[in-house]
Amino acid sequence: MEKELRTFKKGGIHPPERKEYTEHLAIEDMPLPKEVDILLSQHFGAWCKPLVKKKDRVEEGDIIGDVEKGLGACVHASVTGAVKDIGSSPHPLLVSVPSITIERDQEAERKEYKKEDWHNLSREELLSRVKKAGIVGMGGAGFPTHVKLSPPPEAKVDTLIINGAECEPYLTVDHRLMVEHAPEIVEGIKIILTILGIKRGYVGIEVNKPDAIEEMSKAVKENSEGFDIGVVPLKVKYPQGSEKQLIEAVTGRKVPAFGLPFDVGVIVQNIGTTRAIYEAVIFNKPVVEKVVTISGKGIKRQANLRVRIGTKLKDIVEYLGGTTPDLKKVVVGGPMMGFAISTLDFPITKITSGVLFLTEDEIDLYEYKPCIRCGFCLEACPMGLQPNEIGIYVEAGRAEETAQFGVFECFECGCCAYVCPSKRPLVQFIRIGKMKAKRA
Amino acid sequence: MEKEKSSAFETHMLVVSVSPHIKQPVTVEKIMWTVVACLIPPLILSVFIFGPRVLIITLISVISCVLTEAISQKALGRPVTIRDGSAVITGLLLAYVIPPGVPYYLPILGAVMAIFVTKQLFGGLGANIFNPALIGRAFLMATFPVAMTSAWITPKYIQFKADALSSATPLFIIKHYGIKALIQTYGSLSYIYKNFFVGIRPGCIGETSAFLLLLGGLYLIYKGYIKWYIPVSMIGTIALLTWIFGGEHLFEGNPLVAILSGGVMLGAFFMATDYATSPNWKTGQLIYGAGIGLITVLIRLKGGYPEGVCYAILLMNGFTPALDSWFKPKRFAPPKGVKK
Repeated sequence: MEKELRTFKKGGIHPPERKEYTEHLAIEDMPLPKEVDILLSQHFGAWCKPLVKKKDRVEEGDIIGDVEKGLGACVHASVTGAVKDIGSSPHPLLVSVPSITIERDQEAERKEYKKEDWHNLSREELLSRVKKAGIVGMGGAGFPTHVKLSPPPEAKVDTLIINGAECEPYLTVDHRLMVEHAPEIVEGIKIILTILGIKRGYVGIEVNKPDAIEEMSKAVKENSEGFDIGVVPLKVKYPQGSEKQLIEAVTGRKVPAFGLPFDVGVIVQNIGTTRAIYEAVIFNKPVVEKVVTISGKGIKRQANLRVRIGTKLKDIVEYLGGTTPDLKKVVVGGPMMGFAISTLDFPITKITSGVLFLTEDEIDLYEYKPCIRCGFCLEACPMGLQPNEIGIYVEAGRAEETAQFGVFECFECGCCAYVCPSKRPLVQFIRIGKMKAKRA
Repeated sequence: MEKEKSSAFETHMLVVSVSPHIKQPVTVEKIMWTVVACLIPPLILSVFIFGPRVLIITLISVISCVLTEAISQKALGRPVTIRDGSAVITGLLLAYVIPPGVPYYLPILGAVMAIFVTKQLFGGLGANIFNPALIGRAFLMATFPVAMTSAWITPKYIQFKADALSSATPLFIIKHYGIKALIQTYGSLSYIYKNFFVGIRPGCIGETSAFLLLLGGLYLIYKGYIKWYIPVSMIGTIALLTWIFGGEHLFEGNPLVAILSGGVMLGAFFMATDYATSPNWKTGQLIYGAGIGLITVLIRLKGGYPEGVCYAILLMNGFTPALDSWFKPKRFAPPKGVKK
């Protein structure tokens, strides 16, 4: 009898995976673009101040922006060239944010980084390399990694979990990284464990990626002496890649509402982040590139592309042969939690995991209806909240009263809206609730 | 060439909306029309055993409900949503809970009460507190008591041993003459089980066939449109309580006859499970189903009417908001330092 696969207990859904478009495509390097737009707000945390002026010459890897105070991470020139402008760029959430435009020097090629042995480096040195490389969580939220790797001393962290769930449909970035770079990721895990001063690490991977499980298990077997690293196959269920759900699936521990993983002794890192840590420590290479899944039926060619940070979407579209005439929606991120955008001037950031070009038959265009009180959303919510009531209260103009139904515990996975037969924009209602209600 | 590409993009009207961007294909319409489909087989059987007039009554009921929905939505300044199938369901259910021999105008009055008063005046689909079809029936029971309690038709394809009570409903016979009289009328208990299960017995238009209603109900559960909690707790409670209290002495009642007669199957799968009027969460649903079972048996054994499913569901409908606020899903993990 095979043991039942691990997963989180409450709620969850199984949307069509649609990973077949790109899961077998090897990561390919996109040619360097003519110019890049480096956003000074790439993610969660404080915005960067530019450290360069117009017309300055910058080398690939130079720090061109940094936070003055507060939580954040520095940004680097992703190509060698000249600063063309310090202006602004479109952003899916913030509408427009300051950015540095670099025009690439056509002569300059990719920078070569030299390999170094890391075993003699101190924890402080390792951490400072992570910080200097500007690494942030690449799974989506973009929490600065050096901060995450320095938990307060009172938190007794004993377990590291590497998030290889990649539960969002379409996205295959982490999948390909695990298949193609398993030994490097395992080396990255050892570096993180050394920084944290612990031995135990798990890699949680959903079983719809058998080749990734195989490669990672092999790499762990070959190279984990002195550490206790295990690969944990997980049942395919969305939103398993959410930190709280992943921690429950792998360890059975439950992070309390408004708490952080280290409250239950766990630190979670994403696959892409782990590989970035490997590159930062061993090659002194900052985050200048990102692997993104470009997928959906609305683009001529789907791909897993390694692109420079700041590469504009229109350059990627051009490289892949253009969009199809029936393109209806462009989404940055996955189809469950990503953001729809209206312009292709949008540049790739450190947290872009994919860009989806979706046609009418891939998306939902149904006009929403009143709540019929079917209760499907209660069944689907992984946090045990009441999205139906939140929606009804917000529509009735009583958004202030929605804290009782759990708006502040919601992380907007979208399971409720996915199952809703009335196709109600429940995530939108919840965001309104979060804006108007007071946190207890 | 390059210009052409970018301008091709410019001409797209891109949709920008909130996540998630993909949704499961089930829609309100799909659920409603599936329920309608599940309700058709009992009607076909009914036409065979009671004759074509049940089809006419059902059509009048459905058309009146749909028309009432359209007219009240127009009058109330709301979008007309008759295509969603919900008024068709109400029309079918209203016809299914009235006797086959009633005058043709009866369902029209019931439809106005069900759709205009019970559904639209309370806010329309999803906002009503009481089951529209059952309010329609309760209204007709109060206004046309004679027709509603005596317009029965003797079914075809069945041999009665004693003809005196051949058109009376089984629950009427049990109530006034006892279960022995029922067995005498039909010949034997096994003959009762067989015919009641298939649906050849006197009764309301769409309630007779336990088998076909069960089939439709199980299909809805299989599709995930309804959950098993309400039907199982309701039918289970009726069986249990009838077994204990339904006989001459304790533990001598016949639970099988109890759940195969009256409106138990129709009520359990198609009325008590109505989304808007039943609790949303499983704990509440289990209690709600048990409450319906309890009130049904109470009315059957102690009340003035032989059958109690209709009033039992309506009374528990009124209890639904309370059940919803008492029994909620358990949170993933409560905040630090907060109990519960």
